[in-house]
Amino acid sequence: MQALNRHIHTGWLIIAPLLLMVVALYLGPILNILWLSVTDPEPGFGNYAKLTEGDALIRIVWTTVRICIITTVFSVIFGYSIAYAMVHCHQRQKTYMLTLLLVSFWISILVRTFAWLMLLGRKGLVNVTLEDIGLVAEPIAFMRNELGVLIGMVHYMIPYAVLPLLVSMQSIDQRVMDASRNLGASGSQTFWRVYLPMTMPGLVASTLLVFILSLGFYVTPAVLGGGKVLMVAEYISVQLLVTLKWGTAAMLAAIMLFGVLAMLWIMSRFMKLSTVFGGAAR
Amino acid sequence: MADPTQTGSLQIRNVSKFFGQFRAVNDICLDIRNGEFLTLLGPSGSGKTTLLMMIAGFLDISKGEIALDGASISDVPAEKRNFGMVFQGYALFPHMTVRDNVGYALSVRKRPADEIRNRVDEMLELVQLQEFADRKPGQLSGGQQQRVALARALCFAPPVLLLDEPLGALDKKLRVEVQEQLKDIHRRVGTTFIYVTHDQEEALSMSDRIVIMRDGAIEQVGTPKELYERPINQFTASFLGKSNFIHQQGKVFALRPEKIDLMPGNENTEARMRGAIRSITYFGSMQRIIVDTDEGDEIEVDIDVWRNASDLTEGVRVDLLWKDSAAVELQTG
Repeated sequence: MQALNRHIHTGWLIIAPLLLMVVALYLGPILNILWLSVTDPEPGFGNYAKLTEGDALIRIVWTTVRICIITTVFSVIFGYSIAYAMVHCHQRQKTYMLTLLLVSFWISILVRTFAWLMLLGRKGLVNVTLEDIGLVAEPIAFMRNELGVLIGMVHYMIPYAVLPLLVSMQSIDQRVMDASRNLGASGSQTFWRVYLPMTMPGLVASTLLVFILSLGFYVTPAVLGGGKVLMVAEYISVQLLVTLKWGTAAMLAAIMLFGVLAMLWIMSRFMKLSTVFGGAAR
Repeated sequence: MADPTQTGSLQIRNVSKFFGQFRAVNDICLDIRNGEFLTLLGPSGSGKTTLLMMIAGFLDISKGEIALDGASISDVPAEKRNFGMVFQGYALFPHMTVRDNVGYALSVRKRPADEIRNRVDEMLELVQLQEFADRKPGQLSGGQQQRVALARALCFAPPVLLLDEPLGALDKKLRVEVQEQLKDIHRRVGTTFIYVTHDQEEALSMSDRIVIMRDGAIEQVGTPKELYERPINQFTASFLGKSNFIHQQGKVFALRPEKIDLMPGNENTEARMRGAIRSITYFGSMQRIIVDTDEGDEIEVDIDVWRNASDLTEGVRVDLLWKDSAAVELQTG
């Protein structure tokens, strides 16, 4: 015991249970998936080679990436505007806005997706209204295509985009903006040269968060895409539950994991990730 | 660049600022001369910062008018006023280098790059920060950040420079040093400086003129010497330095502690008051003696340390003497 104490700080004993839990519940399954992707059905990189055979898989990956990028762009633009409005309006309006935001945050993704189903269908509220006021002759196809998936995903993602931006904007000293005006900068010069760069860590955090969460979207594409818009998560589920090709599923999961890690790595080349996740900028 | 025909004289005419029912600034008139170092001095809540923010254009004027060289600027937005400003806490741009911070005003005016570079070099030399041009503000000390803020505000040669408690965040020793530098820079650039502070020592040592404010109004305006030697009321006398107040024949007089002399014993025929020493506090450069007078007042007396005062100890009876000119009659009511 003495010898042990000399080499290992006793503090480790206190955090050992947590450490074990993290290893057992996170690291273990991830390693298992990586293992499966190179062993099932037979050892080797056969599963990964499938990406180059035929274009079905590549198309699914490409659809996923495209939808995620579009979702991220729109969610972050809307999120930025909403966060800006929240920070710069009166306290009362801010409380209302935050409440609305959090309410939509707390409503289950299933409920929200089915709500869009009601609104966007051929006989849904939006199409019926548009036809009644004579704006369109034929109902617009909002569903069973990418447009529907995008509407549902952007709507779901906006609160996630707003929260990191809100934190970042709230920490800005108003006097810095005053200083910019005082030095003769117009409103738009102040925004582009001071405000936007100063909220950049929040912007990157919200972009990463939305993009990474979007990659794993399952319910919304399945319901609003109506089987026409196949994204990786849905395809993985099909491989697991229907065709029982666990190796292919594991390979796709591994690709997504590496994709996210690669993105974080690229980001870390341009900025300190600790500032993005709330650490001090130094 | 600012218009060279512009000089920096400001006319403040009956200016008021209301926040709801509260009058933060109440009917102020003030003429600020071109090139002077004017300090707005007052306790917190006296309206000095509010007045400065109205001059800068960040706050609307509720009533009255502010004019630059006779032309009203009340409706000119802050970004068009061409006034430099050093903010409390400096408000530097944290994502830009010192060079970009200082050159910001010229760069938003779309000046050519080499002109900006030369001018920034000139300003950095003025505040002695040449070797820090490529650092970010976060890598500088408080005193250095303060100088960057000053260089940034002076870079476009504004006719007027506004300073909002710029030394508030510095420690006392550094503050005295920076006061010297500020005064020196004022001499060299010749711009009108309007300086807000609640620190009376800063005001006395740097200003050409001081405006003492209380509750949104001006109490007294004058040179540091005028204000110190000839305060018109109890507020000014006690806010700027220390003062004893003596009530005689229904009048009130202000009497500075260093203008009183003490004589031990009670035989001096010139004595204005008599009393006994209650306490003596040693301050290094002087000692402060508190005397309980026979009239029941408490009088503070500052005695130079070089004077042999071994006969002055606690409990000793003393005579208090001063010249007629030392006691200043105050307005009452």
